[in-house]
Amino acid sequence: LDEYLRIREDPDVASAVAAIRSLLEFLKREQSETILGLRENMTKAIHRLEETDSSVAVSSGGELFLRFISLTSLEHPDLSQCKNVMIERGELFLKKISLSRGKVGKLCHTFIKDGAKILTHSSSRVVLKVLENAAADNKRFTVYVTESQPDSAGKLMAQKLCNLNIPVTVVLDAAVGYIMEKVDLVIVGAEGVVESGGVINKIGTYQMAVCSKAHNKPFYVVAESFKFVRLYPLNQQDVPDRFKYKADILKTVKDLNQEHPMIDYTPPSLITLLFTDLGVLTPSAVSDELIKLYL
Amino acid sequence: MADSDGRQVDSINHSTEEDVKLQEVVQAKCEGKELTKEEKQRLRKEKKQHKKNKKDDRGPPEKEKEKEKASVLAPSKPATQSPAHKAPVPVNASASESPVAAEKPAKSKAEQRAERRARQDTERASKQGKKEGGQQSASSKPKATPNELQPVVKRLPEHIQVDDPAALKKLAKKLERQQVPLRSDYGYKVSLFSHLHQYSRKNPPTQQISIPATVIHPSIVRLGLQYSQGIIAGSNARSVALLHAFKQVIQDYSTPPNEELSRDLVNKLSPYISFLSQCRPLSASMGNAIKHIKKEISNIPSQCKEEEAKRRLQECIDSYINEKIILASEAISKYAIEKISDGDVILVYGCSSLVNHILCEAFEKQRKFRVIVVDSRPRLEGREALRRLVKKGIRCTYVLISALSYILPEVSKVFLGAHALLANGYVMSRVGTSQIALVAKAYNVPVLVCCETYKFCERVQTDSFVSNELDDPDDLIVTRNGKTHLENWQTVKSLGLLNLVYDVTPPDFVDLVITDLGMIPCTSVPVVLRVKNVDQ
Repeated sequence: LDEYLRIREDPDVASAVAAIRSLLEFLKREQSETILGLRENMTKAIHRLEETDSSVAVSSGGELFLRFISLTSLEHPDLSQCKNVMIERGELFLKKISLSRGKVGKLCHTFIKDGAKILTHSSSRVVLKVLENAAADNKRFTVYVTESQPDSAGKLMAQKLCNLNIPVTVVLDAAVGYIMEKVDLVIVGAEGVVESGGVINKIGTYQMAVCSKAHNKPFYVVAESFKFVRLYPLNQQDVPDRFKYKADILKTVKDLNQEHPMIDYTPPSLITLLFTDLGVLTPSAVSDELIKLYL
Repeated sequence: MADSDGRQVDSINHSTEEDVKLQEVVQAKCEGKELTKEEKQRLRKEKKQHKKNKKDDRGPPEKEKEKEKASVLAPSKPATQSPAHKAPVPVNASASESPVAAEKPAKSKAEQRAERRARQDTERASKQGKKEGGQQSASSKPKATPNELQPVVKRLPEHIQVDDPAALKKLAKKLERQQVPLRSDYGYKVSLFSHLHQYSRKNPPTQQISIPATVIHPSIVRLGLQYSQGIIAGSNARSVALLHAFKQVIQDYSTPPNEELSRDLVNKLSPYISFLSQCRPLSASMGNAIKHIKKEISNIPSQCKEEEAKRRLQECIDSYINEKIILASEAISKYAIEKISDGDVILVYGCSSLVNHILCEAFEKQRKFRVIVVDSRPRLEGREALRRLVKKGIRCTYVLISALSYILPEVSKVFLGAHALLANGYVMSRVGTSQIALVAKAYNVPVLVCCETYKFCERVQTDSFVSNELDDPDDLIVTRNGKTHLENWQTVKSLGLLNLVYDVTPPDFVDLVITDLGMIPCTSVPVVLRVKNVDQ
């Protein structure tokens, strides 16, 4: 657990990656005798992680990690051999997903044309990577970032973009409708991609999507493949509470109606394209990929 | 020569017993023996060819006649026909042209039959000996081109070609051969739907069957009657009843001597299936079940003993019912219960066994919800659903479909059952379902469709016209007060009564499909079909 908190300090690492890395460490250290015991311990560990940081990415990353390592045919009679195989696969998985952000960046930056005006929401490392790649490609573009209260993550994003010498403007969350006519495209990151092809992201994404649909602007989502999660929300109410609010709030506060949720759900009908390390997908293709992954 | 080469290929490809059957059929015209589909197709084709060539030049048929004369003289065994043909063909081909032109007598029956046989063989040759291409003689060219056209054109299912007289005649002949009674259409059909059958419930197809029925098993007759009278309704119920009837058939089946169980049983099932589709057009779920059984039957190894094979088939049917229907509904209820939260107001339409099961399970798991049952004439199936739910103790409201937009603001979710899920994501279900999905979309209410995977079908349809079912129009006559103003609707020339059974809902109106594989969006149906085919 301390391992996880330590890794989290690194600002460049996504929370899911940190979770997976700490799970790997846990796997290396834990002492169970049987495979069943091993699996139980792993699930317990994932639950502990979810309790500390309730984000969709952690849960999806954890589940995928578990699936990935246990998908091997564990015929080795010797438990330690099994464990070694699992650890190997775990390392492989980790390596793959650390590269995924780069892949997404490479795919997406071609969609940014010279002279484009981009709108983005809150702070996402993947979007940052995309914009970095586009800037390295000598493209000229300006970026509008929403402030994204209550944690003002947008200001952080603006700071980072400034360091890359990209002209950036911070706008209010309420000014999305106002600014929409000026922008050419909208790019947002995602905390989780659900089975229907919709995304779960910082609160305010949904209204941005609705606005962009009304103005006929393309709405792009960039996400790595480990963020695919087996949820299927029908509407905003259907997203489980443990994702909407921060973990510590869930534990302390009794009446959740007084709290503001941190995330919202954007349905697939509002999304034009999703950029993932598996390729550029339409929202209906996400379910295809998930079926391939899980079935 | 191409012909002889082709025939060589034939004698290798086709077993002798099939050739023997062919000959018998050709010689004893309407004997009513059972034939494989290929043979029937070939027969039909060459009959068409025969008619067509009667108008065409006389030259080629007479050349064939010469060939056939030589073969008729030779012993009738088909194995020897090939060498017999090889010899006369190169000899007679050139020599026969001139003397033949002189004679144009009325052909005797034997000669006609012989011609037909030869034409059949040349067709087979031209189809299979295409590699030998340029060697084809000029006579076979006019026959070859219509042949090559025919395999390319896909044949529409017979039940949606009612206004095409040629297709009707074909169907009638096929049923005659299978000794299945042909049901005649009843009443005036609305022109948009004139390509579909419309039967009356008062004329069951069993009136024309003699007792005891030799070709059709009594449990199948009973099943057909139950279908046509509407005693068994609902796609799950129909499939299960069908599979039970097939179990009975297999139980009573005994392999005739010199026959293989795997081939003969499949042949025996074809007239049953024709009979059932005469009683009521087959549903997609029934079609899939039949395909599965046929595959299982043909996979039975030939050295398997009869008792063993029958037992295996019965087990296979039982496991199919168990897996695809019973266990699937358990899995679907598990997923669906996650979507039902406390305080929900759920709308259901008609009587779907699956949806009722889900609601009953959810109620047992102590979820607090209430149900609104929507119903429509003339079937009024919602009453049955209402009865079942109230018996469980669930709070229900009952409305007719005309009150839909009035109650929809209260509704939080809509649960629908499906008759079939098409390959392009469209949902085929009871008529009225697409209306409910449309209005629910307008009110932003999520629509969930529950469907087992065995109801997924490869068909593609974008509207409800092209393939549907017309029910008895007399059902519409009776109104609530028992008054029948429309009793004499047949006498009014400009009046037509339309009683549709199914309609299709586009995937944009459906938010979620719950299947035994999990929750998928409506557009992923072809993916599931693909995955399933890979598994099989």
